Amino acid sequence: MSDQPAITLSDIGKTYVVRTKAGALRRHRNEVKAVDGVSFAVEAGEMVGYLGPNGAGKSTTIKMITGILTPTSGRLRVLGLKPVAQRRMLAKHIGVVFGQRSQLWWDLPLIDSFDLLHHVYATEPGRHKHNVAEFIDRLDLGEFLTTPVRQLSLGQRMRGELTAALLHDPELVVLDEPTIGLDVVSKHAVRTFLQDVNAQRGTTVLLTTHDLDDVEQLCKRMLIIDHGRVLLDQSVADFKKEHGTRRTLVVEFEHVVDPVQLAHATVARCEGPQQWLSFDRSVTTAAALISELAELHAIRDLSIDEPEIEDLVRGLYKS
Amino acid sequence: MGDAGVDGARVGAFLTLMVEVARRSFRRASHYRLATAAGVFVNTVFGYLRASVLVFVAASSGGMVRGLSGSDLATYAFMSQGLIMVVGVFGDTELSDRIRTGDVVVDLYRPVDLQMWWLATWIGKAAFQAAARGIPPVVLGAIAFDLTWPDHWWLWLVFVVSVVLASVVGFTVRFCSALATFWLLDSRGIDQMVTFTVGFFAGMLLPLTLFPQWLETVARALPFASMVQLPIDIYLGTASGSEIVWTLAQQAGWCVALLGLGRVMMASATRKVVVQGG
Ligand SMILES: Nc1ncnc2c1ncn2[C@@H]1O[C@H](COP(=O)(O)OP(=O)(O)O)[C@@H](O)[C@H]1O
Ligand SMILES: [Mg+2]
Repeated sequence: MSDQPAITLSDIGKTYVVRTKAGALRRHRNEVKAVDGVSFAVEAGEMVGYLGPNGAGKSTTIKMITGILTPTSGRLRVLGLKPVAQRRMLAKHIGVVFGQRSQLWWDLPLIDSFDLLHHVYATEPGRHKHNVAEFIDRLDLGEFLTTPVRQLSLGQRMRGELTAALLHDPELVVLDEPTIGLDVVSKHAVRTFLQDVNAQRGTTVLLTTHDLDDVEQLCKRMLIIDHGRVLLDQSVADFKKEHGTRRTLVVEFEHVVDPVQLAHATVARCEGPQQWLSFDRSVTTAAALISELAELHAIRDLSIDEPEIEDLVRGLYKS
Repeated sequence: MGDAGVDGARVGAFLTLMVEVARRSFRRASHYRLATAAGVFVNTVFGYLRASVLVFVAASSGGMVRGLSGSDLATYAFMSQGLIMVVGVFGDTELSDRIRTGDVVVDLYRPVDLQMWWLATWIGKAAFQAAARGIPPVVLGAIAFDLTWPDHWWLWLVFVVSVVLASVVGFTVRFCSALATFWLLDSRGIDQMVTFTVGFFAGMLLPLTLFPQWLETVARALPFASMVQLPIDIYLGTASGSEIVWTLAQQAGWCVALLGLGRVMMASATRKVVVQGG
C-alpha cells in the first residue's frame, strides 16, 4: 500500500439532480455540477489543504473520498480501495471529522465515547490505552474528560472529535472544515495537533477549509477549488511567493484627501477619508508605508487586511 | 477448526460491541431523572384511570368479561402502562432526527451495521425503562387494586423473554418509520400515524380481548399485538401450555420479518444517500 498514492482522483465528477415543484404535478429537474472533472493524487504521509469558497465542492469531494457519495464520473481509489463499494472496510482505515457534525455521544462524557471506539474498531487494548493517554495529554482534554459533551464549548468538542477520529490509528484522516467557528486558541491547538500527528505518525491528512491561514500554517501543498474545478495545485511555499505576498493596508485619514501617490503601493479603493492601499510584502513593509503616509497626512486609524479566499479566487481567474 | 475459531472471535467481538453500545445507552437514559419521575407519575395516574374503568366494566357485566376478571383487567391496565416505554408505544425520534439533520452520515462512517447499532441503543434504553418506568406503575397499582400475579415462577422467565421480543418488535416498527424520513424529509406525520396505529392495535387503548371478535382477529394478525397484548397474555395466563410457545413463536417471527424489512429499507436508503447525497 505504501508505493501507491493514498488517494487518487481521476477526472472525478458529481452532478446532483435537484427536483423542484413547478405547479401541482409538474416538477423541474435541475442539475448541479458540484464537482467537475477533478484530478489529483495525495501521497501517503502528505498533508494537503483543500481550499475553496462556500459552495465550491469541497464537502462533495470529501464525501466521495470517504465512500458515502458515488461519483457521477471518473475513477477513485483510496488506500487501494473503492470507497463506496468497500465503505465498511475503508472505514476501519480512515478517520473522518466534520466541523459541523459530531460522532460523540451527546449526553455522555468524552471518555465514554473514546472507550466505545475501542470496541467499534477492535483496537488492541494496550494500543488504545496508549493513544487515549497521549491524546488527552496533547490536546489538554484532562479537565473536561468527564463532562457531558453537550456542555462542552465548540473548541473543546472539536478536540474531542479529533481524538475520536484518530484513536484507531487510521492511515488517512479526512477533515471537512475542522476549524470553522473556532476561537484563536482552539484553532491553534487543532493545527498543532494535526501537524504532530502527520509528522510523528506519518498519517496522511487531507483537510478542507476556507481559511487561508489554516493551509499556510499547516500544509506543504494546497489545492484551490471553485465551481467544482481545481484552479491551482501547488506547494504552499510557491503559492506564498506568487500570491500570498500582497496585503492591503486600510488607512483612515483625519480629513478627506485625494488618493495618495506612493512608490510601492497603489490605491485600490477610496471611500471618504478611508483608502485601501495594496502593496507587495516582498517589496516593502507595512511599517515603511505607514511612516510615508504619516508624513503626507494626519492619520486617525490603520489596519491590515489578510486576503480572503474569495479575493484569491478572483485573482486566480484574472491571471 | 481454525476458521471456526476466527468466526467465533468475530461474533464475540460483535456481541461485546453491542453490549457496550447498550450499556452507554442505558446510562444515558438514566440521566433524565426528573423526566423519569414525571413519566412514572403520569403512567401510574393513567393506569388508575384505565383500571377503574375496566373494573367497572367487569363488575357491571357480572364480574367477568370475555373470560377476564376485574383483577385481570386491572392488571392488564397497569402492565400495559408499564410497557409503554419498554416497547416504545410513543416511539423515539432520535434516529429520524439524525436522518433529517444529516447527522446520520456519521453513523455510516462506522465500520458497524447501522441497524444493529440502533437496535443495541434501543435495547439499552428499554432495559433502563423496564426498571424505571415499567415496574413502578404496577407496584403502585397493587396498592389500591387486587392485581393478578403469574401462577408459576417460570412464567416470570417466559414473560421476560416475551417482553424482550416485544421491545425488539417495537424497535423494528420505529426503525422502519424512521427510515421513511429519507424519502419524506419530515417524519412527524408518519410518526403520529404509527403511534396511533400502535396505540390501537397493540392493545393500549383497550385489551384486544374486548374488541369485537372480527376486529380482535385482525388485530392479532398484525405485528403490533406482539408489543403489548401478547406479553400480557402470557403474564395473565390467558395463553397457557402450547399457546405460550405459539405466542413466543409469533413474536419471534415478527422480529425476524420486520428486521428483514428494515434491512431492505436500509439498503435502499443508503443507496439513495450514496447516489443523491442525502
Ligand atoms: N445533496 C445535495 N443536493 C443538491 N445539491 C447539493 C447537495 N449537496 C451540495 N450541493 C450543491 O453542490 C455545490 C457544492 O457543495 P459543497 O460540496 O457542499 O461545497 P462546499 O463544501 O465547498 O461549501 C453547492 O452548489 C451545493 O449547493
Ligand atoms: Mg462544505
